Amino acid sequence: MSKKAEIQYENAASMGLSEEEWHSVCSHLGRIPNLCELGIFSAMWSEHCSYKSSKKWLRTLPTEGECVIQGPGENAGVIDIGDGLAVVFKIESHNHPSFIEPYQGAATGVGGILRDVFTMGARPIALLNALRFGQIDHKKTSHLISGVTSGIGSYGNCIGIPTVGGEVEFDSSYNGNILVNAMAVGLAHNDRIFYSAASGAGNPVIYVGAKTGRDGIHGATMASAEFNNEAELKRPTVQVGDPFKGKLLMEACLELMAADAVIAIQDMGAAGLTSSSVEMAAKGRLGMEIDLDLVPTRETNMTAYEIMLSESQERMLMVIDPNQAEIAQQIFNKWDLDFMPIGKVTETDRLVLLKEGKVACDIPIAPLVDNAPEYDRPHLSSEIQIATNINDIVQKIPITEALKKLVGSEDLCSRRWIYEQYDSQVMADTIIGPGGDAALVRVYGTNKAIALTTDCTTRYVEADPYSGGKQAVAEAYRNIIAVGATPLAVTNNLNFGNPEKPEIMAQLVESVAGIKDACIQLSTPVVSGNVSLYNETEGKAIKPCPVIGMVGVMDDWEKSGTIALPSDNDIVIIGQNEKNNSGWLSNSTYAKFISKKLGGAPPLVDLNSELKTGKFILDCYHNDLINAAHDISDGGMLVALTEMMLAGNNGAEIIHPKGVDPHCWFFGENQSSYIIATTKLKEVMKRSENANIPLSYLGRSSSAQELKISNGDIISLKELQNIYETGLTKQLPQ
Amino acid sequence: MQVIITINKKPGVLDPEAQAVKQSLFSLGFDDLENVTMGKQITLFIETDDQERAKYRAAKMCEALLANAVIEEYKIQVNELS
Amino acid sequence: MRIAIIVFPGSNCDRDMMVAVESLTGRRPALIWHKQNNLNPIDLAIIPGGFSFGDYLRCGALAAHSPIMNALHDHAARGGAILGICNGFQILTESGMLPGFLARNQELKFICKQITLSVNGATSCALTASLDHKETLQIPIAHNEGNFFADSETLNSIESNGQVVLRYTSDKYATSTNPNGSLNNIAAICSLNGKILGMMPHPERAMGKGHESADGRKLLHSIFEAIIT
Repeated sequence: MSKKAEIQYENAASMGLSEEEWHSVCSHLGRIPNLCELGIFSAMWSEHCSYKSSKKWLRTLPTEGECVIQGPGENAGVIDIGDGLAVVFKIESHNHPSFIEPYQGAATGVGGILRDVFTMGARPIALLNALRFGQIDHKKTSHLISGVTSGIGSYGNCIGIPTVGGEVEFDSSYNGNILVNAMAVGLAHNDRIFYSAASGAGNPVIYVGAKTGRDGIHGATMASAEFNNEAELKRPTVQVGDPFKGKLLMEACLELMAADAVIAIQDMGAAGLTSSSVEMAAKGRLGMEIDLDLVPTRETNMTAYEIMLSESQERMLMVIDPNQAEIAQQIFNKWDLDFMPIGKVTETDRLVLLKEGKVACDIPIAPLVDNAPEYDRPHLSSEIQIATNINDIVQKIPITEALKKLVGSEDLCSRRWIYEQYDSQVMADTIIGPGGDAALVRVYGTNKAIALTTDCTTRYVEADPYSGGKQAVAEAYRNIIAVGATPLAVTNNLNFGNPEKPEIMAQLVESVAGIKDACIQLSTPVVSGNVSLYNETEGKAIKPCPVIGMVGVMDDWEKSGTIALPSDNDIVIIGQNEKNNSGWLSNSTYAKFISKKLGGAPPLVDLNSELKTGKFILDCYHNDLINAAHDISDGGMLVALTEMMLAGNNGAEIIHPKGVDPHCWFFGENQSSYIIATTKLKEVMKRSENANIPLSYLGRSSSAQELKISNGDIISLKELQNIYETGLTKQLPQ
Repeated sequence: MQVIITINKKPGVLDPEAQAVKQSLFSLGFDDLENVTMGKQITLFIETDDQERAKYRAAKMCEALLANAVIEEYKIQVNELS
Repeated sequence: MRIAIIVFPGSNCDRDMMVAVESLTGRRPALIWHKQNNLNPIDLAIIPGGFSFGDYLRCGALAAHSPIMNALHDHAARGGAILGICNGFQILTESGMLPGFLARNQELKFICKQITLSVNGATSCALTASLDHKETLQIPIAHNEGNFFADSETLNSIESNGQVVLRYTSDKYATSTNPNGSLNNIAAICSLNGKILGMMPHPERAMGKGHESADGRKLLHSIFEAIIT
């Protein structure tokens, strides 16, 4: 077993520590650690827990703002939405586990992020996700997307939190390393937020929830290592989710918090009991003593190492008010959950673990957190791609042919097959569910609603990480604006390859700089987030994917927008006209699917016009000038209009300006623009002129079931709908 | 006493999962497949030395909860623990 | 009107139903925890949707043996009204209060979507008497096991006794008639006395104002009206 003399650098290396880090552990302890102690150090110092490669850059992000109650560093971020209410939210990745076992990996990803939110005292009210799979016809994609979809659904549906939105993309760089990012959003009273800092030496430390088994041991270290073919043999370490127990735990914790019994609380997520105990003690500048024989276990003969590193799901650690212990016990009895005092808060600044009456671990807490390694890894400047020549992109095919190819492509077709497997309506407050711009969820008992979205255009980030980082924030911003809400704050999930490679590190550094500039200019601070590195297979990195999850608020949900096009409205483009519109097709969806020209410079992101146009759209909403709105993004204006027509079951007759190539005009991916439908055209034009916002008249909607373009092209809605709706199922191998 | 209970759908009762498995096996080329049924196996340990009693108790459990008599049938196998 | 909503561990539409009932009746219904042994006199018990006991073993099977169920059986024996929605419907079939069984959806997938329902013209259900049989209703479904099954003898008797209340029917685009493989497109059935109603669709998610449809409100209203009179 863990005889001190046997532990060597090789043991540390197998747990993912570098030689330098191994020596650092020994010098902090003044001796050689035992196996359990080494496991604790390696988990706390893993990329997943310590953010050692990204910390330097994460610090540059704006984290403060008028609405911010709690920025990064807690289980989740907290923002104020007025009237004494707060929104608690965070996004987190579960990439590696989901590739190995898609159903359980995705399900436990959802479970974990939900615990992060209700740990703060918030009742979760919505789930979103951001998914990346390999090529749609790759042999594993069908299995992975089916497993991930039903896994996400199984947890969210059962625990009763609606999955209201998300995004999916297919790209060969994810063939061997999919991305599964889940975002949870909760609602709390702004004076009833719970934190993880332990306090009061002598106060009992309580273990609640499910029992501990040998599942997921050292998951945090696994999430910080590159993939190789052996990874697929790692099945036994994958945790199994129990959404039923998760539901009971959520209800019991919220009931306990309402009873004023909780002093500090922390989810046992990555690195299980290790990270929860260490972080609670570290934040409170205190120590903790735990008797491991008291930890409820599911299996026999578990060692100290196994108990500390297990990632069994649906467990929490808390420090409670000893005077309330009895009430707390009763609440957990009611919900038939384990409730076990396993130790106490101490003044020693040390983590002391007892096993069979002997000290199994006695280490100082500060080095685990404060002295965790931090690296300024070398980063080359990315080679910024130049724009692909427009003549190489534009194809001589009818507009309607190009439109059909695009709306049937796996990147743009309907995601109905996925989102109908999610309960998007439970809690009965979903105003806009999946399939629109942002999702919109009513705040129970008020007129307010929260708008939510996740976004990232990975091909832009790959071609120009700085601009791509900015674009992800800008697109999220537009999605929130398009439903009529005011954007407030951001959570981010940075998915990249191996940071020890300078070109990968450059992607991270530059896209964080882009996110930073966009968040500052658009006044949407970053309040929480997650970093997932080493997303590589056999040395090949994924396309960089810094996902932005954004939250906005509106005071009266009855004024919310829709993408459904009503009939007999004027259709107007806001933010573009034939003068400022350069029809940006380089690196567009059109270039990818129709010209087969990958890469090239992405469209320019002008944050100033993003802000101005966004404010203009909200102004139009406040003056009741908008009957439907949709932001223009992947696929350009005509794809956006098609989505509006299909959602509203109405057709349109449109024109395109003379002298502009129709392919560029209709499919260009120029930023900061929207399509709106209005019956007050004059008023909209007057206001746009006053505000100096480009505007272009596109055409008029009608109940005729067709799209008619002034050049004579015509296509029925039925045909478009059929292509759009079957795009995914037709292409996924059965 | 160890009791192994096997629960299956009654013949003729719809079982979409078994149908899907059958279809998949067919498409993998197992064309000699006649039928697929899928069920559950539940293993219990009952405190008694009497085989008949163990069987009786297990049948009670099946009727009370473990099997749904409308759609499922069950078989009970009792093993002495060494 | 005295309405009680029965809450099991894993129920997750209890609050939604409470809000729906309150918005129609002006009174907040009682929430009754499953460990309770008895029920005060009530006019209607509602078993809400969710995943009682995690849907483990079979959907509704473990809930059907909870302490509160004895009181519900007594309530039913006195001719009391019960409405089971989604998981509530599964609990009613598992407890033998309604015939048949809800198997896994034909496609083996959870389905959440708005569907179109027709009211069975021949229904004997006392609770939905005021619904217009010629109209269709738009109400969402959200389930993994809603595929109604009964042996042919049972099915015949359900049909001939007018126990079928709602059927899935084609929507305005003439698609998605039967979302889950249910026999005879059955979406809701009632007991012989017409007082116990089980349905897969979620009326509490179609209450108008913010929801896609207000037809759930119409349906719940007809039930409450039937109870008062």
